[in-house]
Amino acid sequence: MGSFAGSTLPPDDIVVSALRAGDEAMFAALLDTWSRGMLRVARTYVSTDDSAEEVVQDTWLAVIGAIDGFEGRSSVKTWVYRILVNTAKKRSVRESRTLPWSALELDAGPTVDPSRFHGTDAALPGSWKESPAVWPTPESQALAAEVRGLIGEALAGLPPRQRIVITLRDVEGCTSEEVCEILEISAANQRVLLHRARAVVRGRLEDYFESVKQAE
Amino acid sequence: MKRFTCGELVEVITAYLDDALDQPSRAGIEVHLSCCEDCGHYVDQFRSTIRALGDQPPEKLSHGTRERLMSAFRSRRPA
Repeated sequence: MGSFAGSTLPPDDIVVSALRAGDEAMFAALLDTWSRGMLRVARTYVSTDDSAEEVVQDTWLAVIGAIDGFEGRSSVKTWVYRILVNTAKKRSVRESRTLPWSALELDAGPTVDPSRFHGTDAALPGSWKESPAVWPTPESQALAAEVRGLIGEALAGLPPRQRIVITLRDVEGCTSEEVCEILEISAANQRVLLHRARAVVRGRLEDYFESVKQAE
Repeated sequence: MKRFTCGELVEVITAYLDDALDQPSRAGIEVHLSCCEDCGHYVDQFRSTIRALGDQPPEKLSHGTRERLMSAFRSRRPA
């Protein structure tokens, strides 16, 4: 998981001094390790692949210009990602594709249809009426590719705030602390958005596995 | 220990997996899961979903952009 698993990158102080010293190999390593995730995050704000690439390019240019002034108040990764998010937001305003960041999204209410649980008059209120299915492990290449495509679609259809949080956490493998810092949201808010997003994607997979089973 | 119905448990799985629950809630979830196969399946589905999310195809900067950035870095200061 996570295109910035980071295990190949040295600690921040070494990264920063190498960048300041003009170490090209270090810059290339960061570029190749982080740009993948950055592109995906940029795409949640802007409408085209070209715009996303420009956002990532402008972010790196800003990083190059600001590395001497980096104060280490956050990790380098968080710092770069915050520049990315701010650059992407500005760009999306120019594209008149402003994220309704503060607009009402459905952040409340159950993530599983309440009708799937027994009511209060049952012997075990709130228990499952029917057991959730055991999913097949997508071992075959074809199934894995289909699941991948399905998840891509499900992500694209999520409300923006849920999409960005689940992209950072589950697709790119950021920690919850990193996501909170990058997006400047509370841990509780982050968790709500993540949980709702995961539940939606789970629901899509459930429908898919159900249809596969019926086709058999 | 806090007691959870299945309908309540499904809403705290992310908090549970992130180890963000208080101790009584955590204990309640663990006891519930130890005897409820249905919720076990649901949590497995949730974990499978998270695993599958980490398997999106990689993205890549175009060659031209990468070259432009390398050269911007090089010209940042005289070598």
